[in-house]
Amino acid sequence: MKPLVLLCSFALCAYAGVRLLDGDWFMVALWFVGAAVVHDLVLLPLYAAADRALVKGARRRRTWVVYARVPAALSGLLLLVWFPLITGRVSERYAGVAGLSADGYAVRWLIVTAVLFGGSAVVFAVRMRRGRRAPGVS
Amino acid sequence: MPRSFLPTRPVRGPFSPDFWRSPLRGPRFTSVLGVVLLAGVTILFVTGLLSYAAYNPDLAPVNDKTPGKGLLGFYLFPWPTDPPWLYRLTQGVHVTLGLVLVPVLLAKLWSVAPRLFTLPPARSLTHALERISLLLLVGGALFEFTTGILNVQLDYVFPGSFYPLHFYGAWVFFGAFAAHAVLKAPVAVRNLRRMREGGGEDADGPAAPRPDPPTVSRRGALGLVGGGSLLFLVTSAGRSFDAPLRETAVLTPHGGPEPGSGPGAFQINKTAAYAGIRAAETNEAAWRLAVTGPTGTVRLGRAGLLGMPLHSVALPIACVEGWSTSDQWWRGVRLRDLAALVGHDDPVDVFVESLQRHGAFRRGALRANQVADPRSLLALFVNGEELTLDHGYPARIIVPAAPGVLATKWVARLTFGEL
Repeated sequence: MKPLVLLCSFALCAYAGVRLLDGDWFMVALWFVGAAVVHDLVLLPLYAAADRALVKGARRRRTWVVYARVPAALSGLLLLVWFPLITGRVSERYAGVAGLSADGYAVRWLIVTAVLFGGSAVVFAVRMRRGRRAPGVS
Repeated sequence: MPRSFLPTRPVRGPFSPDFWRSPLRGPRFTSVLGVVLLAGVTILFVTGLLSYAAYNPDLAPVNDKTPGKGLLGFYLFPWPTDPPWLYRLTQGVHVTLGLVLVPVLLAKLWSVAPRLFTLPPARSLTHALERISLLLLVGGALFEFTTGILNVQLDYVFPGSFYPLHFYGAWVFFGAFAAHAVLKAPVAVRNLRRMREGGGEDADGPAAPRPDPPTVSRRGALGLVGGGSLLFLVTSAGRSFDAPLRETAVLTPHGGPEPGSGPGAFQINKTAAYAGIRAAETNEAAWRLAVTGPTGTVRLGRAGLLGMPLHSVALPIACVEGWSTSDQWWRGVRLRDLAALVGHDDPVDVFVESLQRHGAFRRGALRANQVADPRSLLALFVNGEELTLDHGYPARIIVPAAPGVLATKWVARLTFGEL
């Protein structure tokens, strides 16, 4: 059953794949495989290491980690997706094509990041004051 | 550390199961994310295929950016004109849902990361095939998400034209996705059912054998993924609507404030300056619309067009990049009246050419059902005023439910008949 499903799948992948590679085949293949490699061997180890460093740095205050991890993860996600606009690398084209300014993206991302960390800090402060422990922590 | 004294486990680093310490990883976490992606990616694929059909690529070579598609265009059908918000809905869902699924995709890949590092690399031929299929699955997913996300930001760094890359890439991805769904969905559903019944976990999963103490519950981790998705939703969905909702799309292209003020203050895909339109070509004295059909060619200035019966319609603009406007009030001449002017009384296709100097869609074809629709106009006015230059002055096409790129601006020539 499993080999049959895989072979059917490969037939479709190959049929579309030769069309995908029609053109600058090397660069397209590099992007396709490179996307997986960059994710698995660069992005994932980087954010996993950052998280591990955060947990280690917190030592006994492991329950506090979540208040930094959540806003950092959300802000990082936004940066990962919108970095062309946030870094300004497409500002000129965006203004020319759409007639809109791209100048505000970096500032808005910083504001969103500040709101996320600020909100997290408020929740942290409220929970500390009530003397409640964060949920889900052993 | 005891593990260094284990002679039976000489492997260190990520190939050792002990390397992976998160207590979150396990069949349940993976299954929840997998089922969400099964539904989400299916919707992305279907709405993507609909967007491809909306261009009517089988109508004329000029509409077809993928002439070698072969069997992959098997499902193509004449794109309808009803409901008029059809493309606005399908493409808004496609792009917004794609953004919303980014955290889910990344979490899913994180949850199965240990599986990447297995020794020996292939235990059997079937296992080797399965791993190749997974490369196509992961590479395909990331390729599709990356090209789509870069394209909506106009960051054209990918190696080639977006249309063939995203279309053929989608089929490669879907080939691997379908196999993965057939092989893994039953396991995922079984895991979720057990979860609901409070039973034990499936032993064969990516769970860590020696997990660290948890810093967050599984529910908390899923909450973070859901929070990420929600964040993308609230910072993107607004660009499918007008102000003030558009202002909520703070980090998305075509979010934020509308361009300018007045009747022409709605979203622009390509400005006149970018398209290379010069005022010398569009002024009253210079501009003539050439309309060609079986009875010959008629040349009309704006005055000539204003002498024809004018009609008003309320229609949105919806872009392949996922943003759209709500209804604008367009006023102009019906395309079918222009067809009749040159001898076509029956429904007929039309080839539209713009003054635009460059751009893949400076020329486009519309199908007979689109030309025949009484709401399809060569618009001269919008929202009670003359078109602005950025919105296509002196004349532009507007067709219900058609993608924005086929609403050609700065129209110079209409050729009715067989394409």
